[in-house]
Amino acid sequence: MGLTGLEIFKHLPKTNCKECGFPTCLAFAMALAGGKTSLDQCPDVSEEAKEALASAAAPPIRKVKMGAGEKEVEMGDETELFRHDKRFENPTVIAIKVKDNEDIDAKLNNINDLYFERVGQEFEVEAVALLNESGEASTFKSAAEKVAGGTDKNVVLISEDPAAMEGALEVLADRKPLVYAATKDNYEKMTELAQSKGCPLGVKGDNLNDLAELVNKVLEKGYRELVIDSGSRDTSQVLADLNQIRRQAIKKKFRPFGFPTIAFASKDDPQEELIQGGVYLSKYASMLVLETDKKEHLLPLVSWRFNLFTDPQKPVQVEAGLHKVGEPKENSPVYCTTNFSLTYFLVEGEVDASRIPAYILCVDTGGTSVLTAYADNRFTAEKIAEGIKATGLEEKVNHKNIVIPGLVAVLKGALEEESGWEVTVGPREAAGIVKFAKEKLS
Amino acid sequence: MAVEILKEKYRGQVREVVLGAAKDKGGTRSHTVKIGGETTLPFLHFEGNIPNRPVVAMEVWDIVPEGWPESLKSNFEDVYDDPAAWAKKCVEEYGADLIAVRFMSADPDGQDASPDDCIPTLKKVLEAVGVPLIIYGCGKSEKDNLLIGPLGEAGAGENLLLGVAEQDNFKPVASAAMANGHTVIAQSPIDINIAKQLNVLISELSTPLLDRIVIDPTVAALGYGIEYSYSIMERARFGALQGDRMLAMPFIANIGGEVWSKREAFVPHEEEATWGEQPERSMMWEATTAMALLQAGADLLVMRHPRAVELTKQNIDELMKDNSY
Repeated sequence: MGLTGLEIFKHLPKTNCKECGFPTCLAFAMALAGGKTSLDQCPDVSEEAKEALASAAAPPIRKVKMGAGEKEVEMGDETELFRHDKRFENPTVIAIKVKDNEDIDAKLNNINDLYFERVGQEFEVEAVALLNESGEASTFKSAAEKVAGGTDKNVVLISEDPAAMEGALEVLADRKPLVYAATKDNYEKMTELAQSKGCPLGVKGDNLNDLAELVNKVLEKGYRELVIDSGSRDTSQVLADLNQIRRQAIKKKFRPFGFPTIAFASKDDPQEELIQGGVYLSKYASMLVLETDKKEHLLPLVSWRFNLFTDPQKPVQVEAGLHKVGEPKENSPVYCTTNFSLTYFLVEGEVDASRIPAYILCVDTGGTSVLTAYADNRFTAEKIAEGIKATGLEEKVNHKNIVIPGLVAVLKGALEEESGWEVTVGPREAAGIVKFAKEKLS
Repeated sequence: MAVEILKEKYRGQVREVVLGAAKDKGGTRSHTVKIGGETTLPFLHFEGNIPNRPVVAMEVWDIVPEGWPESLKSNFEDVYDDPAAWAKKCVEEYGADLIAVRFMSADPDGQDASPDDCIPTLKKVLEAVGVPLIIYGCGKSEKDNLLIGPLGEAGAGENLLLGVAEQDNFKPVASAAMANGHTVIAQSPIDINIAKQLNVLISELSTPLLDRIVIDPTVAALGYGIEYSYSIMERARFGALQGDRMLAMPFIANIGGEVWSKREAFVPHEEEATWGEQPERSMMWEATTAMALLQAGADLLVMRHPRAVELTKQNIDELMKDNSY
């Protein structure tokens, strides 16, 4: 991570003992730089070298965990500014706000119900952010009890009063909640609390300078499980601050900013709040706190999060199988394409635009496009015929005619033989489907 | 502890493009709209200039749209069959910065209206509103090629934004723009190389057109490949800032047509229990798509739902506030 093979090589014993499984120390160093092996494979590496390499190879943004057991989530560990360089690592954790003086059970019910299914993916909201709105330690503690009993989601405890935090932690420490926040007035107490319970600690400054200073003070106290907040709440300033924090960490390895970030949407109107939160999610917030708990608001946000954090080097796949466009009947046409999401969505869009309801048989080609899949033997007559059988198409339509992409016209004969279906060669590009459908299918 | 603010110094700048023409330039628009001109990535005021705010155009069709969900349609019910009144409502009530007129009547598989049938509509819309216009055909290039010349001529001097020039079909639009003082939408299929190549081709036809091109990188809706558009836009903008003049055009993002044809726009809550209520969900789908593309560098957004437009404009207001240190 960040170190070249030669830089690593300098720290190795240079014995070429081969114990690590590589012919030379240099080869081992190269493999280490590529992340293909680990340093503990070397029998002779010195403690000093280990330390030097560990700190030099440490990710520019620390990985910080929140939660316990199955619900544990990771934040940070990012190495990039742009997703086209390399994938973003840990999707933004979404936390929904609950005030300690509102109807907590009702709100928790709504939050527990925030589960989404879309294109074969399941999404949820990971955390509840319990806010000490009342300002009373006792109210905060009893609210924490309700949270403990009312949801198994992760918890962010929001109070700047150490006494209130201590009370809530007595109830919830096992869940490893985020303790938010240490400020310049309370950081000693808050750091001790978080550290003693092994919980991540939110550190909140009044601005970037203030934040850097405060983080250093907390680091001096020996605690590093931090999530940081510049304290800004205006959309534009938060965007600038999140940018600076990420840049400083990645480009300058500026230690006080080498931590995951937390951002708070602040708009009163829930629709505006969602859009504001979307900006923070787009630009580097590791955790986003929102108030809205409506599915119609959050579905677009969790879908965007899914899109943003996909690996740009790995094609996104659509669920293979039989898909419907409109309400197809037994005499409706059947198209066939691959499960590369861009290919599939283009085809689906054009079939939809043809205004003839249809089935699309989506073949699992590992998320590759038509020609790539064909070249790779993943889009073959056998696979398509198998798909026809496996999806029960023969019971769903009263004909035996399937349209294949024009780019793989060559499959016609083999597929007819393999499946017993009649094969129509469709257009080469999805853009030709509307015309094709009008001329050949209607 | 003073943090030393990291500022990138880019060599390049996005070209500034003027849309519309007022009286002084031979048009009849009440004002013009400038887009582009950025010297940094979206909304990073602390390190560069963002002289022009992104703007939002609303779509007006010359026929009653088919297949729009009720929750969208109801906003235009009283003006549906009158493009001029529709445009006026978008500008006056819904705050549209521009109007994008789609001549869907020209669809050869529909009404197959002739250019002569379309010209009166263009004139009426020009008369009804003072904002600059974007002109789209029916989406079928063979027919649109016949349409764009006469429409460009009818709107001569107005500096219309004409759609769309494509790599294998850019001459009709580019010629219409050259002949009558308009601006070109250069559309490429989520491909940075084609985007660049198309700009080269257009500039070879006419060098002055280089400052009258808006790139349509082809945007996908949220959930339908938007991440590809997002990354292509980020890369192209980064290229522009690093000095690639052939990529240094503002972006237009055609959002409405993408979002409002998707399942998320239509499917009722009863069918997708985890999706929330359709009217608000579909609107938020459009607003969230716009939010994401603004972060990728969109300068001009074409949208449909009035509330989504309002949310987007508020978001732009917020993001245009100075964030210098």
